[in-house]
Amino acid sequence: MAQNEKTNGKVHPAKKTRVETTINGETVEFLCEPRQSMLEVLRDVLELTGSKEGCLTGDCGACSVIIDGRTVCSCLMFGVEAEGKNITTVEGLAEGAKLHPLQQKFLEDASLQCGICTPGFLISAKALLDRNPNPTEAEIRYALAGNLCRCTGYDKIVHAVLDAAKVMQAGG
Amino acid sequence: MRKLTGGHDRVTVSGKNLREAIADLDRQFPGIASQLLDDGDIKASIAVAIDGEVGTSGVLDTIRENSEIHFMPSIAGGT
Amino acid sequence: MAESTNGNGNYRVIGTRPIRHDGVDKVTGRAKYGADYAFPGMLFGKVLRSPHAHANIKSINFDKALKMPGVKAIVTAADLPEAEDSTQQVGEAAMNPRYLSMNILAHDKVLYDGHAIAAVAATSIHIAEEAVRLIEVEYEVLPPVMTVDDAMKKNAAILLPKLRNKEEGDHPTNTASHLQFKRGDVAAGLQAADFVVEREFNTAMVHQGYIEPHNAVGLYNSDGHGTIYCSTQGAFDVRSMCAQVLGLSVGMIKVVPAEIGGGFGGKTTIYLEPLSLMLAKKTGHPVKLVMTRGEVLRASGPTSGSKIKIKMGCTRDGKITGAEVWMAYEAGAFPGSPVGAGAMCVLAPYNIDNFQIDGYDVVVNRPKTAAYRAPGATNAAMAGETVIDELAEKCGLDPIEFRVANACKEGSAQIVGPPYKRIGFIETVEAIKNSPHYKSELKGANRGRGMAAGFWFNAGMQSSATVNIQTDGTASVITGSADIGGSRASMAMITAEVLGMEVTDVRPTVADTDSVGHTDVTGGSRTTFATGMAVYNAAQDALKQLKERAAKTWEKKPEDVKFEDGKFSAEGDGIKPMTVKQLAGRLARTGGPVTGRAQVSTGGIGVGPAFAATCVDVEVDPDTGKVQILRCTVAQDAGKAIHPSYVEGQMQGGTSQGLGWALNEEYFYDAKGTLRNSGLLDYRMPTCLDLPMIETAIVEIPNPIHPLGVRGVGEVSIVPPPAAVANAIYRATGVRMTELPMSPPRLLKAMLENRRAHDLQAAAAD
Repeated sequence: MAQNEKTNGKVHPAKKTRVETTINGETVEFLCEPRQSMLEVLRDVLELTGSKEGCLTGDCGACSVIIDGRTVCSCLMFGVEAEGKNITTVEGLAEGAKLHPLQQKFLEDASLQCGICTPGFLISAKALLDRNPNPTEAEIRYALAGNLCRCTGYDKIVHAVLDAAKVMQAGG
Repeated sequence: MRKLTGGHDRVTVSGKNLREAIADLDRQFPGIASQLLDDGDIKASIAVAIDGEVGTSGVLDTIRENSEIHFMPSIAGGT
Repeated sequence: MAESTNGNGNYRVIGTRPIRHDGVDKVTGRAKYGADYAFPGMLFGKVLRSPHAHANIKSINFDKALKMPGVKAIVTAADLPEAEDSTQQVGEAAMNPRYLSMNILAHDKVLYDGHAIAAVAATSIHIAEEAVRLIEVEYEVLPPVMTVDDAMKKNAAILLPKLRNKEEGDHPTNTASHLQFKRGDVAAGLQAADFVVEREFNTAMVHQGYIEPHNAVGLYNSDGHGTIYCSTQGAFDVRSMCAQVLGLSVGMIKVVPAEIGGGFGGKTTIYLEPLSLMLAKKTGHPVKLVMTRGEVLRASGPTSGSKIKIKMGCTRDGKITGAEVWMAYEAGAFPGSPVGAGAMCVLAPYNIDNFQIDGYDVVVNRPKTAAYRAPGATNAAMAGETVIDELAEKCGLDPIEFRVANACKEGSAQIVGPPYKRIGFIETVEAIKNSPHYKSELKGANRGRGMAAGFWFNAGMQSSATVNIQTDGTASVITGSADIGGSRASMAMITAEVLGMEVTDVRPTVADTDSVGHTDVTGGSRTTFATGMAVYNAAQDALKQLKERAAKTWEKKPEDVKFEDGKFSAEGDGIKPMTVKQLAGRLARTGGPVTGRAQVSTGGIGVGPAFAATCVDVEVDPDTGKVQILRCTVAQDAGKAIHPSYVEGQMQGGTSQGLGWALNEEYFYDAKGTLRNSGLLDYRMPTCLDLPMIETAIVEIPNPIHPLGVRGVGEVSIVPPPAAVANAIYRATGVRMTELPMSPPRLLKAMLENRRAHDLQAAAAD
């Protein structure tokens, strides 16, 4: 039967595709249906539940990951598109037990309340600091405008990014 | 409540706890107890404040001489 | 209560800013929220929802859907037991079980776009989605009733044929209830006024906007016991509501509160939880259901849109003499809007001798409203606080001076009658007056500054806590309060303070309904207050037992043992002071484990009333009506801030929700009653780029009835912002807005009309 063929209300699940990619520095192999999003693959296939589902339309940024250096909403990408890419998720920010300065500052500055948006913010902030190590408050707000937070009003999040930038500039 | 007490918004009752106070209220204004109680206990939609503090023991809340009792709508949880 | 350290004394831990205990898990993605749970053999559920705002269901046929490969079960209202039509105590709230059941799965009618009709469980979410589309429903479409005006009309279509209110007798109606608060003689009061302002406000329905959609994973054992993992603000409430809807006894259900991605009141009720159990029972497998964002907006519990008419008068030297308020709130499909709270909050900060407030709870073809942070109060403040601003201006008085002159204090009667205990309203508005923001000058065209105040009762209710002393002298504190904003850190801090420990030596846990005593919802700004009180008492109980053990060791009486600076000591030769750690090592030999426990019932509402005040500077683009927030300061009375960073966090979060409510958020329904902006692009919440840093001023007027002076802080900050922004817009543009949101199209229209009126006036004067 051809992939995804509909017959009399019966839908045959599409034949799974084998994908090989790099996630958080490790080579990863998985099977997924062509209709599964990258977010679904991360959460349901690979059990990396750190990336969160907030809207499935790319409006909230809770599912943000870094693909080949770019911040991407994983809900807007298909799992099969991961082939050959270099992907960073929130699970890859810490080095073993050593937290990334952003993670550390989020904790010290109380930049999370419920924490559901935190993985997405950490990813977007990391991508920002990787390309702009010394951003102004305005540049930070612009870069993080695609991540929604409903708990904090963003104040302590922006402070944490400013503080982390300082630490990283000083070689921390 | 004013409608049930014939337009009075302050009335005097006697009793050592809320149950007795409501019974006395009902003697003065027949029918009022059924507006306040369900199965002998304060209705879920009503909160009672005695001397400014909302009670926690329902009809068993004690009242003193000159206690002020207020019946108010209960605000559900709310957050 | 044991030693009351009522707001005085130097604390070692309380008032500091330690890193929260669940923090590392949350910044590494390890923390498990409801949708992160997976179990072997788990199925995925999807809900069929009504495309119509108002319709009778003639028939449901799901044969085709059931035959699809991968589909394991389908449930409808036919699978629910008969529910009683009365107001009952369900958990801690008063509600009608029949309406609750009807909202979970529509019985014979659908009452809003998105109303749940059936639920499907299948081996993949995609198959479940396809199957839902194969369910055939025959509808008889009825006219949608979308606003309070429409619903209260004489010949309005009736949503609930059995609904009656006392005033209309046996006549079918959409007005579920009418309440009234009266004092003095309002007609005389308004007569005595030198200035009277009369305005009508219309505020749009808005959503709590939590980033995490609703979720539930249900498991069912053949012995009849069910377990639900879900993101909720109240595991015990989920348990009692599911038991009610499913006709089970409370003891047959265990609810495990997962980490929760925001609630703000919207997750204090149930939607998917009973469905997950029903499907788990039918299939014999765990079943996970998660709402999409569209479903969250269409079919969870936004808060009421409202119509508020207000008339207030004052003397020329600024004393309010009378106020008349008429408020009608959208309840959604079933009764239960927060109009009562709105009525009790609208004039709460002010001492007014003559008032009459009438509130109406009105059903409309929208989702059943749920609580949203100080429910009902924000709508009310938009009306009250802007009219007060107008009166102050007419008197030539500064808005803060006007409020202070009319302020309630300790002993003033509340709207409902009982007098206030010690409150901090005056201190809170004066904190704004003394803030760097308020003292600074605002220069530039199209700019204006506005301020407003707000009130919320704060609730008390029931909580339980256990403190276990571990063999290494550390402690575990167990509560049943879901942690939505960092509360478990505060519980650990309170425990550490009482037991003389480091906060890192205390492990806080949020437990499921089998593992901790009854604990009411995390909401009503009650958690640090009531659960904090239970934790304080449990820690004191543990301390008392530890003293007894030290006494036993030294052959002294417990009253001879002192506990100071983390050490037990007593008079006597050879008695060396012992730390908790040292004592903990001897517990087994002195009587066994030490467990401190406490349960509190702190009363309903008003156990620690809180006030907030917000000041905002805006710049309005005269060509587009877009409002930019230049600067924002919020002051709030916290009683005693246990962890100041998280208190600031609540103030900043509530403020930003209030700003979204003020400027952009609204539900947009078309003529058919279909929600047209059921996504986060068009349901426009503030982003990082929309807001400045939010300055905070924590005021601490200790709450006399709490051992640490705590007042709830979670809610009241959302109340003032819309009125503050409206007052600022007035000073920037000369326009008094009476609609929410004050979005660019509305503000532009109002500005253009205002300009036209001025131009006509000027032309006439020539």
